[in-house]
Amino acid sequence: MKATIPKENLLDYSSRYLRKVFTGFYSLIQGMEITIKYFLNPKTVITQQYPENRDTLEMFERFRGPVSMPHDEKGQNACVACGICEKACPNGSISVLTTKDLSGRKVLGKYVYRMAQCAFCGLCVESCPFDAIVLTRDFELSVYNRNELTWVLNTPQIEQEENAND
Amino acid sequence: MSAETLYPLHNGIGNMVRSLFPESAFIINPIIGLISLVVLVSSLAAVLILLERKVAGHMQLRHGPMRVGYHGILQPLADGVKLIFKEIMQPKGADTFIFYLAPVLPLTATFLVMTIMPFDHHLQLADPSGGVLYIIGVSGLSVLGILLGGWASNNKLSLLGAMRSGAQMISFEVSLALIMLLIVMLSGSASLRGIVLSQEGLIFDWWIFKFPFLGILSFFMYLIASTAELNRTPFDLAEAESELSAGYHTEYSGMGFAMFFFAEFVNMFVSAGLATTLFLGGFHPPLIGISIIDGLLNLLPGFVWFFGKTFFIVFVYMWFRWTFPRVRIDQLMSLEWKMLLPLNLLLLTLGAVFMMLGWAG
Repeated sequence: MKATIPKENLLDYSSRYLRKVFTGFYSLIQGMEITIKYFLNPKTVITQQYPENRDTLEMFERFRGPVSMPHDEKGQNACVACGICEKACPNGSISVLTTKDLSGRKVLGKYVYRMAQCAFCGLCVESCPFDAIVLTRDFELSVYNRNELTWVLNTPQIEQEENAND
Repeated sequence: MSAETLYPLHNGIGNMVRSLFPESAFIINPIIGLISLVVLVSSLAAVLILLERKVAGHMQLRHGPMRVGYHGILQPLADGVKLIFKEIMQPKGADTFIFYLAPVLPLTATFLVMTIMPFDHHLQLADPSGGVLYIIGVSGLSVLGILLGGWASNNKLSLLGAMRSGAQMISFEVSLALIMLLIVMLSGSASLRGIVLSQEGLIFDWWIFKFPFLGILSFFMYLIASTAELNRTPFDLAEAESELSAGYHTEYSGMGFAMFFFAEFVNMFVSAGLATTLFLGGFHPPLIGISIIDGLLNLLPGFVWFFGKTFFIVFVYMWFRWTFPRVRIDQLMSLEWKMLLPLNLLLLTLGAVFMMLGWAG
């Protein structure tokens, strides 16, 4: 036996009908208010006119670009060549090549970063105990030759000495 | 003093031609009129396409076209060149004659309606005394074009879009015709010029305000019904990109597509122009009864007011399109047959009652 729907009387039906019409119009007006606000304020536009504004274009704060190693004014970096970043990297895009200084201590020789393999996940930066590396906000990364994507991030010792002599 | 003596239907250029070539003026004048109409329609299409894209962009936090010319002003030109040089392709199994005939029909309908559009006192190609009837009859051609295009494409999506569009346009034409009938009944004239002249005077003499409360209601109903008639969002079931790829013009390329596209955009202008004519006082300036302001408003010629009001309505159509989500086909049909049509009949009855009581104008 099918359940019968109790019949609405005319008053209920018409009040429901009118309420439907008015709530419908109200919600449409709300939507139109939002779009006209966007239309009347051209400053809300978020599209960048990229090649024209490349001088002033700033990537947003949380953008993940290639890894770089900041150097202070003496040309020193904070890296101790512990190799934690190398282990943290899921793609094997970092190689920390060590060398020994005059006192026989293990120091950083070359910090090799292969941008072509990098997924910009930022795990290396998170894992670094000395905050020696950061993610930059560069995004124009195309080159003509694949070899140009393998970077040495630290300033080599020889150059440092040259800088010190200057 | 009758309206005919106040505003004679002759204009300067026509009189000049008549005085220079008295014998052949009856050929030269219509040719000049038709050429100016073609120029007007093609430039309107370009302006409206650019306007639509800019409005769409800014409503969606984008810029719209920005590359060709200053802020993309020359974009319609680039589009036109692209469409002219595109190859016209015909799907396998398509009905050749109907396939090439279909895009012409909506454009023809648009041109035919534009001929009787009252742009100004002296800017109207023809003024048949049954102008409203003529509009209702002629605008049926665009439905025919869409149906034939969908049928001849030999594509199930095109056919579905065309059938939906046919059902939708035929249903909404009923309410549109009833609203026009209401205005014809109130103004006592079926010629568009007569309807405009019946709204002469202050802003409160326009039919939207002159017919107490119900004028605004019927104006909104006209907006809804004409949006559906134009196949624009929220009633764009005929195209419905997400469901039917592009509906009835899926298989058209190059100029065939361009003609459908032109007709769609100029039809928008035609609908807005009719809304202006029927409700917003046509080419009359919005006088408010203060003599200094009215003198300033009267300085502008009538076609400026006509185009201003029309472009405002066009902007409202665009505003609808980029705000509202698409309705389902059953919602569309229930909107027409359960809401608009009963309300229209009620309005028509109330209009007659108001006229009997002498409240309407």
